Amino acid sequence: MNEKIIIVGGGLAGLAAAMKASETGARVQIFSIVPVKRSHSVCAQGGINGAVNTKGEGDSPWEHFDDSIYGGDFLANQPPVKAMCDAAPGIIYMMDRMGVPFNRTPEGLLDFRRFGGTKHHRTAFAGATTGQQLLYALDEQVRRYEAEGRVEKFEHWEFLSAIIDDEGVCRGITAQDLRTGEIQSFAADAVIMATGGPGIIFGKSTNSVINTGTAASALYQQGAYYANGEFIQVHPTAIPGDDKLRLMSESARGEGGRVWTYDKDGKPWYFLEEMYPAYGNLVPRDIATRAIFKVCVDDKLGVGGENVVFLDLSHKDPHELDVKLGGIIEIYEKFMGEDPRKVPMKIFPAVHYSMGGLWVDYNQMTNIPGLFAAGECEYQYHGANRLGANSLLSAIYGGLVTGPKALEYVRGLKKSSDDISSTVFEAAQKEQADKYDALFKMNGTENPYQIHKELGEWMTDNVTVVRYNDKLQKTDEKIQELMARYQNLNMVDTLRNNNQAAPFTRQLWNMLELARVITLGALNRNESRGAHYKPEFPDRDDENFLKTTKAKWSENGPVLEYEDVDTSLIKPRPRRYDVAKEGGGSK
Amino acid sequence: MSEQKTIRLVVTRQDGPNENPYKEEFVVPYRKNMNVISAFMEIQRNPVNAEGKKTTPINWESNCLEEVCGACSMIINGRPRQSCTALIDNLEQPIRIEPMNTFPVLRDLIIDRGRMFDALKKVKAWIPIDGSHDLGPGPRQSEEEQQWRYELSKCMTCGVCMEACPNVSGKSSFVGPFAVGQVALMNSHPTGVMRAQERMEALISDGGLQECGNSQNCVRACPKGIPLTKAIGTMNRAATKHMFKKWLNF
Repeated sequence: MNEKIIIVGGGLAGLAAAMKASETGARVQIFSIVPVKRSHSVCAQGGINGAVNTKGEGDSPWEHFDDSIYGGDFLANQPPVKAMCDAAPGIIYMMDRMGVPFNRTPEGLLDFRRFGGTKHHRTAFAGATTGQQLLYALDEQVRRYEAEGRVEKFEHWEFLSAIIDDEGVCRGITAQDLRTGEIQSFAADAVIMATGGPGIIFGKSTNSVINTGTAASALYQQGAYYANGEFIQVHPTAIPGDDKLRLMSESARGEGGRVWTYDKDGKPWYFLEEMYPAYGNLVPRDIATRAIFKVCVDDKLGVGGENVVFLDLSHKDPHELDVKLGGIIEIYEKFMGEDPRKVPMKIFPAVHYSMGGLWVDYNQMTNIPGLFAAGECEYQYHGANRLGANSLLSAIYGGLVTGPKALEYVRGLKKSSDDISSTVFEAAQKEQADKYDALFKMNGTENPYQIHKELGEWMTDNVTVVRYNDKLQKTDEKIQELMARYQNLNMVDTLRNNNQAAPFTRQLWNMLELARVITLGALNRNESRGAHYKPEFPDRDDENFLKTTKAKWSENGPVLEYEDVDTSLIKPRPRRYDVAKEGGGSK
Repeated sequence: MSEQKTIRLVVTRQDGPNENPYKEEFVVPYRKNMNVISAFMEIQRNPVNAEGKKTTPINWESNCLEEVCGACSMIINGRPRQSCTALIDNLEQPIRIEPMNTFPVLRDLIIDRGRMFDALKKVKAWIPIDGSHDLGPGPRQSEEEQQWRYELSKCMTCGVCMEACPNVSGKSSFVGPFAVGQVALMNSHPTGVMRAQERMEALISDGGLQECGNSQNCVRACPKGIPLTKAIGTMNRAATKHMFKKWLNF
């Protein structure tokens, strides 16, 4: 028993994989850009879904599965989603046993609240910082294994590339110590990527600074397929800021928050409730976002003529708000200086989540043998639109599944990484070190942060809520212009110790490569489905596009292929939220 | 043409762990809703100091930018805090920014908080579950217990309480207020309490509770309002009980 598994990323997916792989007997190394406890999972607020049916509403894992497939506009392969929904109640109980301070009912049981895209109370929560609390619980369990010597952490290390041998098999990674700048090769029998989403490609989003998608993009450039890149979730309710757009959780609406603005006559207009009487404020995110966009951008009815509408909790009991939504109330107070218990919050949609990611099979393995992926960096669970509170679930579930799957793969290997010639590892190290050294020789006139800002503005303006083919085409041309200007960069910091500019410059190239995947995926998909909306093609087109987009890297830009979706369990049907959802079969 | 409003920042910088610190001043155009981090981002895009000389961008740690990750701690106008919630409109200028040098400074505002994560190992800050396989629901807890635990569980390991505490320094071994809070958290869980004595042993060993001087700076500095002094009080009483029990069993 000497199997060695490397996990890249220490958010929920990475830590769940680490815990499980370690329990199954593997030697585990975790690499993370930040101390794992500071991973982006901490930003998840509202909760985690699992159909435990403790409210006597007749909820079931099948109903959760159907809501998720329907909410994702039928683009997800169905068997993995069903397996996730079946596992969900057990995952919530496991996290509860680890000490997550989930909110309780008077009887001392777990409390559940409503979220978008469902009629059931299915979301377990710890105030409005559920992601933080779940991450801390896994962090604690992994620290326990670390103290026992079963897990080794490399924090402040950045993944650079997979090491792929002559047979095309992944045998480890190269990574850089961001403190010293040193680059090293690390051998492993399997590598699990758990590196999160790419929101920073859009400049300002609800994502954390580290969510550049750089690792996934590096792998795409090494031959891994990137799937459904064009499906980017824009969250309806965030507070605009100068450095980032801060999420105001969907749980605000789950707990009774109402979205409104003034109508043409100056009267309060609860437009979601009017447009979607069956689900009201709890329509899925793509639907709510488009409605807010229409009201502000097309109808010019945003509050004060600006691109904002109200998210109103002021009618709720302030004590209950503190207990159930304390975390976001505090964020709003601290950043906006107003008390949401008394006045409505001002919000606008913001880029939030990538449904797309590295292509994986049902064992969570990419098309590169030995390279696995879990969490937001892969594409498998959310189709064309993710339901709220399904991301914490998919991250933990993905990790729990991938750890043992990776080990199963390793135990079937004929050769271990110890049998691979050291020249393979040396060459990989040298390639990355040379690339890094070359960054320091850049002495042009462009600034990498400025190029990033332009990229973010173009992507946000043209590749988010409403998409037009001519603008997508122009955006792709713009990205290529930025790639050309990249060659004329100036290295703004030449010290090797704790240099942040050089790694950022390296990430910037990867962001540009991935931005093309997102943009061209959108350009090529001439339909509207979930988060992807084109006024020129307003309907879903199952005949041509009930397919997963798979992007493959080439020197001339992404090459797109399409793969059929596994709809073996629920037959696709039209998706609408103005009326109650029809049943999708039952088990 | 109206004169553009600007922000003045004086940043204490340091090129490496063994280099001398120096101050550098910056002038940044003002925009609405700015915080200290967006001012730093502006300097990244235009790395020029107040004298108009080209310089390197400031190096600092940050991640979530909404005060849940704990990364962006620094001393701003004399007060240790998170820089993401340090809104420019609320700060006196020039804004003085320094690293939290209770910890080793690695470069500019980047510090090494490794000792905090080591402390979490030392006090065994985890619930000792049998394993992650399916064992059904966890123990029932009252709403009251949950709310107490939730308050303690918001700790982001940001280090602000360590910087504020007069008894934590490069020379002292005090685990710090946050670690006491974490023991209170674990010891108040129905499963965690089964190993309460182990954590208590760690907490009364070298660098433990006895190092607290009751200055109460921690609770005032904590950005998340964690009831640290209450946790310390609770743990002090538990420690006395623990010692007494040990003495009886001796």
